[in-house]
Amino acid sequence: MALLTATDVRHYFGGLCALAGFNLALEEGELMGLIGPNGAGKTTVFNLITGVYRASSGSIRFKDTELVGKTPHQITALRIGRTFQNIRLFRDLSVLDNVRIAHYARARYTPIEALLHLGRYRGEERRIVDDSRRLLSIFKLERLAGETAKNLPYGMQRRLEIARALAIGPELLLLDEPAAGMNPNEIDQLMDFIQWIRREFRLTILLIEHQMKLVMGICERIQVLDFGETLIEGPPEAIRSDPRVLEAYLGEAPVA
Amino acid sequence: MSRPLRRRWDWLLEQRWLLPGLLVAGLALSFAIPEYGLLNRYVQMVLMYVGINIILAVSLNLVNGFMGEFSLAHAGFMAVGAYTAALLTMRVLPVAEFPALFPVAVLAGGLAAALLGLVVAVPSFKVRGDYLAIITLAFLMIVKSVIENIDAVGGPRGIPGIGKLTTLPWVFFWAVAVVWLVRNFVYSRYGRGVLAVREDEIASELMSVHTRRVKFLAFTLSSFGAGVAGALFAHLLQFISPRVFDVIKTTDILIMVYLGGIASIGGSILGATLYTVLLEILRPSTVAALLSWLPAVVFDPLNEHFIRHLGVWRMVIMPLALVLVMLYWPRGIMGLREYRGFIPRLDREAHRRGDPQGGRRDGAAHRD
Repeated sequence: MALLTATDVRHYFGGLCALAGFNLALEEGELMGLIGPNGAGKTTVFNLITGVYRASSGSIRFKDTELVGKTPHQITALRIGRTFQNIRLFRDLSVLDNVRIAHYARARYTPIEALLHLGRYRGEERRIVDDSRRLLSIFKLERLAGETAKNLPYGMQRRLEIARALAIGPELLLLDEPAAGMNPNEIDQLMDFIQWIRREFRLTILLIEHQMKLVMGICERIQVLDFGETLIEGPPEAIRSDPRVLEAYLGEAPVA
Repeated sequence: MSRPLRRRWDWLLEQRWLLPGLLVAGLALSFAIPEYGLLNRYVQMVLMYVGINIILAVSLNLVNGFMGEFSLAHAGFMAVGAYTAALLTMRVLPVAEFPALFPVAVLAGGLAAALLGLVVAVPSFKVRGDYLAIITLAFLMIVKSVIENIDAVGGPRGIPGIGKLTTLPWVFFWAVAVVWLVRNFVYSRYGRGVLAVREDEIASELMSVHTRRVKFLAFTLSSFGAGVAGALFAHLLQFISPRVFDVIKTTDILIMVYLGGIASIGGSILGATLYTVLLEILRPSTVAALLSWLPAVVFDPLNEHFIRHLGVWRMVIMPLALVLVMLYWPRGIMGLREYRGFIPRLDREAHRRGDPQGGRRDGAAHRD
């Protein structure tokens, strides 16, 4: 059975149809790409999966749980992590706190224990710090644990955002344009990096990306969205050669 | 500060005995001062107001600083605490025979305010920023007019003749207790959740933070503090009326918070102390007393022209000082920073850089 299934998901902003019958079946361990021109509804798909928006109709299931109607924190606690198109770190907080905040749902102590710093508080906080620092060291950010997030250079902020998403302990990771603002060299590194975290953290990944190099290079399957509708779905080779995709991106093909 | 002095200071701050030692010393002093009359009654009174204001500022900072909302309801929660505690000590609890029951009344005042804090937390789920500020202002007005219309609690005339049960040791105890609770809360997953909500509410939810619960807890704890402070205030002033808890009272607390610095417990303690003490110092009689050592040739003309008219200028000088502080420290004196002593050891060590030398940033703060 698929890890994540979307069945006929529709979403309207007022009278505007942002998504008209979206379908998806993401198998466990898969790395899938979601592409399409700007405004095609890609980020809306992410927002519907993570509960930021509530689908107007249709169903989204993660394992055996219906996600439509759940709040974002409930959905995230089911172990679905995500990053954002425009980086949304907690800018005024330290690098470490950015990662620690993402441990919220997995920390097991009550408000009373928190207020009195008693009981499970100490052990859990110790564990959160250790886990967070381990994660930061994997991402080569450990030396910057005390630095304010906004002071980090762009590339590191991107890395930190992925580290933060991994801190919730995800099984499914949604990456929204991870290569935005990167040069070809950095994109190569990012491709290796995504493959590596996928193996290391046993992730299923769904990613949105405009950089064809990255999408064609690492995705096993690609779905193309245009005006809220699925244009085509298939392996990279099939997508690359499909005239409909070219048309969606570049406009109608000139008459030969 | 010179380098060796700085090192001594750092060493001192690292000592485990420092905080307990200071607390014991403070408690001992709070008993000794009234007992042996180490300070005159006026200064004792000012000290008690400082303590009460510290409770108010630290608890309001939780919502206005750490969470980044702008609540104007703090005086309302204070009123609830004050009335609850005053009614308990005057009509229910036999405090005359058992003075030890006073903390029960204070606690009840805090809990009553906390309960109402829950009510204000609910609109914060839907509304943020300016609009939530308006709602809290409305709440403050509602509390005031409800009290004004209940004859059983004196209506607009208020309650006179409350027992003077607030003493220096009790103020010290409650100030330490509330500061400790707020500090513990801030350095927990809920506190980090509060900070995350201030930074980016949607992103917090997507990092698994239960933002509603976090807001609930922050508002409850914040209003609990206001209730405790209100209870102590009532039993110090010995008279309360709805007019005492108007928006001006809220403004006072806001000034302490923003002067001291947002999202900083140490800042709020500093802000509350500075504001309270400066306002007292600017009283003509205090200035006259402070300067009485000057020779008459200097003192008399000074007294004639300046000190005697200070009363008029007091409320100009203080706000002007505030404007200057805001211009040069837009986030307040300690904005987004914290005294190292308040940061739990685990948090301090976790933020340390990898290099064994311990960088400059090991200093006062981690969130700057």
